[in-house]
Amino acid sequence: MARLLDVLRERLELTGTKEGCGEGECGACTVLLEGRPVLSCLVPLVQCAEREIQTVEGLADSVPSFFEQFVATGGVQCGACTPGIVVTAAALLVESPKPTRDEVQKALAGNLCRCTGYEGIIRALIEEAGR
Amino acid sequence: MTRALTPSNLREALSLLGEDPGLVPMAGCTDLMVTDPVERVELPAVLDLTRVRELRGIRRGKEALEIGATTTFSEIGSSADVEELFPALARAARVIGGWQIQNRATLGGNIANASPAGDSLPVLLVLDATLVAASTNGERRIPYTEFHVGYRRTALEPSELIDRVSLPIPVPGSVQAFRKVGTREAQAISKVVVAMLGRVEEGKLADYRLAAGSVAPTPVRLAEVEDSIRGRSVGEETASLAGSLARAAVKPIDDVRSTATYRAFALERVVRRLTLQLI
Ligand SMILES: Cc1cc2nc3c(=O)[nH]c(=O)nc-3n(C[C@H](O)[C@H](O)[C@H](O)COP(=O)(O)OP(=O)(O)OC[C@H]3O[C@@H](n4cnc5c(N)ncnc54)[C@H](O)[C@@H]3O)c2cc1C
Ligand code: FES
Ligand code: FES
Repeated sequence: MARLLDVLRERLELTGTKEGCGEGECGACTVLLEGRPVLSCLVPLVQCAEREIQTVEGLADSVPSFFEQFVATGGVQCGACTPGIVVTAAALLVESPKPTRDEVQKALAGNLCRCTGYEGIIRALIEEAGR
Repeated sequence: MTRALTPSNLREALSLLGEDPGLVPMAGCTDLMVTDPVERVELPAVLDLTRVRELRGIRRGKEALEIGATTTFSEIGSSADVEELFPALARAARVIGGWQIQNRATLGGNIANASPAGDSLPVLLVLDATLVAASTNGERRIPYTEFHVGYRRTALEPSELIDRVSLPIPVPGSVQAFRKVGTREAQAISKVVVAMLGRVEEGKLADYRLAAGSVAPTPVRLAEVEDSIRGRSVGEETASLAGSLARAAVKPIDDVRSTATYRAFALERVVRRLTLQLI
């Protein structure tokens, strides 16, 4: 079955969404489906008809300051995980505008980062929420 | 190419499945879409359940709470009714995968996938759940303890869908417990998972129910352990006995996630601790 991930990257050329594992483990491919973070590698295209999908490209316009926070705190190194994390984090801030550290950690539990050690990511989020 | 059918109501879904029982029902796809990336087996035809309204949602009745098959674990984990009546299920829902998985993964998918490690399954076993299956012939109520008949085999017929799960509201004073042992807190398939329900009356366990996952080919309700423990006074001695009986009652295996020895050890410890917490 055609995966949403492939359609985004290859047909629509929205390559901000990344593929890490292709099996739901890493979170790199996170997009918003009807406003909720989901893994686009596990979403068959057929389930997307008439449903709203938002990718990291869409968020770049709505929350540009967020991207700066990530750079400022060292929340980005190789960048492979970053789009997925930004999308998940943006959804968290909608659900919980002033998240606690514990909420941030729980929300991001499905987004793996092999570089940063998470500290910069968590700080970026908490600082963005405090603005 | 996979043929995909997208019914918008239950009647249509059931009649499509009745005509072609080879159709593969599809909900959150968090099991279905995880396929070998090299071999990428294509399903011939799927039946999408995510637009079938009747299958989704939580309804509280006088005697039971009903949860529709395509209700997601995010919905279950954030439901005030589930938290109040079935805290063990709420807890399980919140530790299945991570947030993205919980937003898609459904209770019906967890049940039909029938993995011995499925986290909600031991909880349904101790809650005395009834599974309601639906087909063009109507509804069939299956006691959940009779649903898992063998390794990844269930009592569901190919022409049936899981419609909902019915959970009888527990007697006041019942305490529930849930514990999952995995590699880390989130996004880990269980090495051992335990659910328990108990009720203490005058210092004795008037009710005691215990189920476990990842320790046998199916999730199991440990009825013999329950029989030996029910009626005993609560405390360290009973808890230790429950732990060792549970350990003796199962035959776990070695696999990629854990070893038989560790699983048996962890089961004993978890059962002992949870039993102590019933007070
Ligand atoms: C990264 C990751 C982490 C995970 N972590 C956990 C975990 O911690 N604990 C856990 O228990 N599971 C876990 N899983 C497994 C999975 O998320 C669950 O089993 C989930 O509940 C499956 O639901 P689904 O809606 O996605 O099912 P689907 O993938 O859509 O379907 C699964 C199976 O059920 C059948 N089916 C679905 N709905 C029905 C219905 N109504 N009637 C009849 N048949 C039906 C389908 O045909 C299929 O065979 C994880 C999966 C991934 C990818
Ligand atoms: S690519 Fe989708 S979770 Fe890793
Ligand atoms: S920055 Fe490299 S994986 Fe996160």
